[in-house]
Amino acid sequence: MSKDKTNLSRRNALRLIATTAAAVPVIGCSEKAAPKVELKEDKAATKPAVKNLDAPKQTLARGTPTDPDLLNPVVPWEMQLDARELAVLAALCDVIIPADEISPSASSVGAHHYINEYVSAPYSNNKADLVTIRGGVVWLDGESRRRYQGPFVELNESQKNAICEDIKWTRNAKPEFQAGARFFAKVRVLVSTAFYTTEEGMADIGYVGNRPMASFPGAPPEVLKRLGLES
Amino acid sequence: MASEDIENKEYDALIVGSGAGGGMAAYVLATAGLKVLLLEAGRSYDPVKETPMFNLPKDAPLRGGSTPEKPFGFYDATVDGGWQVPGEPYTQGSQEKGRRFDWWRARMLGGRTNHWGRISLRMGEYDFKPYSRDGLGFDWPISYQDLAPYYDKTEMLIGVYGTNEGLENTPDSSDGVLLPPPNPRAYELLAKKACDKLGIPVIPSHLAILSERLDHENIPQKLFPDNKLAQDVTRESMKSRAACFWATPCGRGCSIKANFQSTTVLLPPALATGNLDIITDAMVREVTVDKKGKANGVVYIDKDTRQEKFASARAVVVAASAAETSRILLNSKSTLFPDGIANGSGVVGKYLMDTVGAGVGGQIPALENMPAHNEDGASAMHMYMPWWLYKEQLRGDLNFARGYHIEFGGGRSMPGAGAFGGMGDFTEGAYGKDLKKACRRYYGSFVWFDGRGEMIPNDDSYCEIDKNQVDQWGIPVLKFHWKWSDQELNQAAHMHKTFAEIIEGMGGNVTTTVQTDGAKAIINGGAIIHEVGTARMGSNPKDSVLNPYCQSWEVPNLFLTDGAPFVSNADKNPTLTIMALAWRTCDYIVEQFKKRNI
Repeated sequence: MSKDKTNLSRRNALRLIATTAAAVPVIGCSEKAAPKVELKEDKAATKPAVKNLDAPKQTLARGTPTDPDLLNPVVPWEMQLDARELAVLAALCDVIIPADEISPSASSVGAHHYINEYVSAPYSNNKADLVTIRGGVVWLDGESRRRYQGPFVELNESQKNAICEDIKWTRNAKPEFQAGARFFAKVRVLVSTAFYTTEEGMADIGYVGNRPMASFPGAPPEVLKRLGLES
Repeated sequence: MASEDIENKEYDALIVGSGAGGGMAAYVLATAGLKVLLLEAGRSYDPVKETPMFNLPKDAPLRGGSTPEKPFGFYDATVDGGWQVPGEPYTQGSQEKGRRFDWWRARMLGGRTNHWGRISLRMGEYDFKPYSRDGLGFDWPISYQDLAPYYDKTEMLIGVYGTNEGLENTPDSSDGVLLPPPNPRAYELLAKKACDKLGIPVIPSHLAILSERLDHENIPQKLFPDNKLAQDVTRESMKSRAACFWATPCGRGCSIKANFQSTTVLLPPALATGNLDIITDAMVREVTVDKKGKANGVVYIDKDTRQEKFASARAVVVAASAAETSRILLNSKSTLFPDGIANGSGVVGKYLMDTVGAGVGGQIPALENMPAHNEDGASAMHMYMPWWLYKEQLRGDLNFARGYHIEFGGGRSMPGAGAFGGMGDFTEGAYGKDLKKACRRYYGSFVWFDGRGEMIPNDDSYCEIDKNQVDQWGIPVLKFHWKWSDQELNQAAHMHKTFAEIIEGMGGNVTTTVQTDGAKAIINGGAIIHEVGTARMGSNPKDSVLNPYCQSWEVPNLFLTDGAPFVSNADKNPTLTIMALAWRTCDYIVEQFKKRNI
């Protein structure tokens, strides 16, 4: 949620709660590092070769794929799509999720960049999707030129929609549009994730959580009434 | 501390593993005054410093979604863990469908307690004596009454919310033990209404999350009436824990310590006694024995130097997780124990169990277009359904012998990776403003029901050492053998049928396939991550590894405090029982030290 809707930013609220709870220093998690101990390794191993005692040393994330820095996430792979491909995807993102009176369009919150991040990931599923997306972009531009003599990004709204009508659902798309429909379905899935995981998308559907509160209120009375659950 | 002090340090007890069982052992033994050394195979980890509490999905790679390296998503607290750990393979006895066991591990301080769902259900009277009840499986050598006081103590220590409902084989806690549960969400109440008509009870869930702060003035005194050290460190630890603020997912860990993790609740007070030392990145290979056949320490691999080292103590407590514990025992071969330490019975590795899992999803029109309201809560269910058909089962009216409970979710939770991914098919291809309208309409109207059922131990489900493979630490790996019986398959099919009935009772539509074939409904062995058994306790050394105090029959100073001693695996999630059993075992260890038996 946007920070201006509450007096406390989330992080400050967290800090406040954490400090008031810990009136006493947190045991066993003190900042002091355990003393570094040099060991003589040439002795017979009859005693434990203990190296860091009392408390384990405070190692943090190692920055590997199985142990990334959770507090400071980074995308560790290179992006694969080029500017021209991204421009086509941005235009398609906005056909799938356009701006309306409630929220902005998908491309304005960077949905096409998320698609790039997704298809560039080094995992087998993502690599397969990279082929689908790249091939789909070529097909979409080709189809635009065949029908309207121009690239997809230069088509007007009704021209874009006319193509999308033919590929909007794999189950009833004509055989010649099946590949386009599979491409469209994949983009729709990725755009949905991209858009609804932003503050703008969350606000659009009325997600109002992720804010600290003293007690959990449960279902509000108007909701219970609509469900016929009033006690 | 000067180095010569360390080299001369004599430990009373050495613990392998720092999760639910190892963390509890460290806490109980250190507060009792024993000098304790704990070895953990993974790295050190502190949820207070490392938990991304409020980060949004969009802040993470792939919107926080699942990857091979982070199977529960980027933000899951598990680090260096999963069903596959690089450099630490395991093998399968069969590649046939339904014959695999997928082995989850968490190589980090606190182990799986950093990740678990915090569902804290007590096993009941029937669960300890299943063979006596229906002639299947095996009885435990202890009864519910033996463990009940330790359930109370564990719940008071870790903080569990819930209620006492007096239901059959769903034990009540003693008065004043449980914290009040949070208010239910709308979809939970709607499910309850449907279940009322089906005769299925829906009651507040029991989760190890502080719905309010613990009573640090009085609980330590109740837990340790005669032990001032234990009272002091427990009081300070309890003071440091805040109550839940009903936001942020528990699976990331909890920097305010509202939920239970070994790393915030068990290890800090144990360290505060001054009696506990911890070595991390220490991968234990085997337990060693002296000439008299007593355990005298362990050989471990220091992961930093990749060299074997030795640590000694007067007693050894293994709590490495059930299968890993058996791997260590089976790899501990000597002239006295040629088939592995404590394995004269040949039962080590046998009777491996997981929980039966199957699920069905649905969409509920009544929940469409709801006014915006906050349904975060405890980030897990506030209500659940305990097993209810005990009488029908006993009469033989069902085609499976043991029960399951139902966990369910839904509602207006934070959208993450995959949000509205199914909307294309659900709306027959909507895009544009129609898609946005559909997302608004349907958000919060999807529900999911999961069964968690009892598996009866069988001869075909076990692990052994694979003679042909070692891991990157040079340690022989496990080979798993797995087979569900008709008991589990029929139960899984029953789950699907029940969940469809509940969804329809809510006026909804099932959105996944309801299987009548249990083999198609059931999830892989190991997928529910409730691995227990493989070194069971019993009343006879010939067919069990441990006595009723989780003490090896053959090696009197060797104890197991994880899920390995389990004789059966009730539908109840095992972590609470692992901790209660570990506490009881450690009280016994302290007693044996006092009597100078160890």
